[in-house]
Amino acid sequence: MTNASAPAKAASFGVTSSVFIGRSLRHSLRNTEALIMAIVLPIMLMLLFTYVFGGAIDPSGDYVDYVVPGIILLCAGFGSSSTAVDVAGDMTNGIIERFRTMPIRSMNVILGHVTASLCRNLLATGVVIGMALLVGFRPSAGFLAWLGALGVIALFILAFTWLYAAIGLVAGSPSAASAYGFALLFLPYLSSAFVPTSTMPSWLRGVAEHQPITPVIETIRGLLTGTPIQDQAWWAIGWCLLILIASYVWGSWTFNRKAGRR
Amino acid sequence: MITPAIEVSGLRKSFGAQTVLDGIDLTVPKGSIFALLGPNGAGKTTLIHILSTLVAPDAGSARVGGHDVVADKAGVKRSVSLTGQFAAVDEILTAEENLRMMGRLSGLTPPEARARADQLLAHFDLAAAARKRVKTFSGGMRRRLDLAVSLVVDRPILFLDEPTTGLDTRSRRALWDIILELAGRGITIFLTTQYLEEADQLADTIAVIAHGRVVACGTAEALKSRIGGDVLELIGANDEIIREIPTDGSIRAVQQSLEELARTAPAGARVGIRKPSMDDVFLALTSNPREGTFS
Ligand SMILES: Nc1ncnc2c1ncn2[C@@H]1O[C@H](COP(=O)(O)OP(=O)(O)OP(=O)(O)O)[C@@H](O)[C@H]1O
Ligand SMILES: [Mg+2]
Repeated sequence: MTNASAPAKAASFGVTSSVFIGRSLRHSLRNTEALIMAIVLPIMLMLLFTYVFGGAIDPSGDYVDYVVPGIILLCAGFGSSSTAVDVAGDMTNGIIERFRTMPIRSMNVILGHVTASLCRNLLATGVVIGMALLVGFRPSAGFLAWLGALGVIALFILAFTWLYAAIGLVAGSPSAASAYGFALLFLPYLSSAFVPTSTMPSWLRGVAEHQPITPVIETIRGLLTGTPIQDQAWWAIGWCLLILIASYVWGSWTFNRKAGRR
Repeated sequence: MITPAIEVSGLRKSFGAQTVLDGIDLTVPKGSIFALLGPNGAGKTTLIHILSTLVAPDAGSARVGGHDVVADKAGVKRSVSLTGQFAAVDEILTAEENLRMMGRLSGLTPPEARARADQLLAHFDLAAAARKRVKTFSGGMRRRLDLAVSLVVDRPILFLDEPTTGLDTRSRRALWDIILELAGRGITIFLTTQYLEEADQLADTIAVIAHGRVVACGTAEALKSRIGGDVLELIGANDEIIREIPTDGSIRAVQQSLEELARTAPAGARVGIRKPSMDDVFLALTSNPREGTFS
């Protein structure tokens, strides 16, 4: 067999990252069911909340303006959750051991999955917004407000994707990862995403107002439709950064601790 | 004296209460082929994992390519390439994409990685399946790709954990040729196997581990002289094995055993002859009071 061409140099951080991002993007594109789901789910939820529940919740017909941020987050949460399964799959099928014996920063595998999730979910967000505009969403946002809203959405996706990545690292198998991640998908329902927290019983209101989804929803809603934001933006950014950093630290720690386990 | 490729001394590893490696000592000279034999659960994979920095040892020391596996993991990683016991390839990517990805991760430029992938695909008889997703591969194809992936760049030391398990005879021979060729180029090969014959064909040195220790270490010749030759089996009328008689393989010894059987065997019994199995090897080695190194 012909010799390997050159003596190996170590791949740089940049090359390693881009190779892993390319790998995860290929995975996303080839997972046809998940990709279709990422596009169909926003459409279905938008129609469901506007035409089925919307009339009962707010007979004036303005419910679509209220619910768009909630559907964006619901879809983003759902879309990021597959990261847990992807990461758990990599951690259990042996390929991670090969990466680990190479002189590269193998944690970049996770970075690849996170970046792919960000791309997938921004796409889904685009579908939600496009669909919303079709069914009568009339945002009042200017250019900067749109930019701000997209920034908050991206930060939210990033934070929850890392959280799901950490769950995938901790879980022993892809199916366990999927089960653990499932619980988180209910968070948006316990927030101001679909109904104002003032309509909830007081004990539930306490939960709803002090969980990360509500300030994120209020911030996005304020930016897009001009409702008051007050200090919610800071809470939103604070929560997302906290989740992001904590998940990153937890994930990295688990990644290093799990070395060599099948 | 030149530093050996691999130097292991007093290596220990336990998982919980279970001691898997209980003081392993080994030396593998540069450019040689070293075969590690052992029954299931003997700790072969664990040892390879320690030597390739995937698992930390509890005690003892190991130097691979002159680098300590605990203190200088980065140095070890630059010196080794590993094909694990279970295929570690990306199922969703194609064979070609797997090879290119590993090439890029090993520091090749995109054109170099592409050229290398094509070479390896041809060499491992995978060119026709190059653009198919690995998910659709047969076990043997997957194994061949797995091996090709670990050869994307030359590292001075190659670990192969049961490389020929699941390969058909033709692929096995082809892999043996590749292993011999790599060794000829000065690459040190550390492999594990369940097949005595394989170790015999390939290895300069064979070590046998059992109960967490090296119970024998030497050339294939020395090992064989210690475990003896073919085994005579006395087979009953219902195809059950009545007795197994180890021989040294010489005509004289076989004849003696046969004469004894002619007198004592029950009616309807037949005789078979077979190569010593791994079980015979371990029995011979672990029951020998003079455990340890021979040459
Ligand atoms: N991560 C782990 N945690 C707990 N026990 C482990 C772990 N890895 C290996 N073991 C145990 O260590 C022992 C040796 O395992 P190892 O995989 O090294 O054996 P082996 O010689 O490679 O066997 P085989 O021929 O079946 O591949 C086994 O009993 C196994 O259960
Ligand atoms: Mg093994």
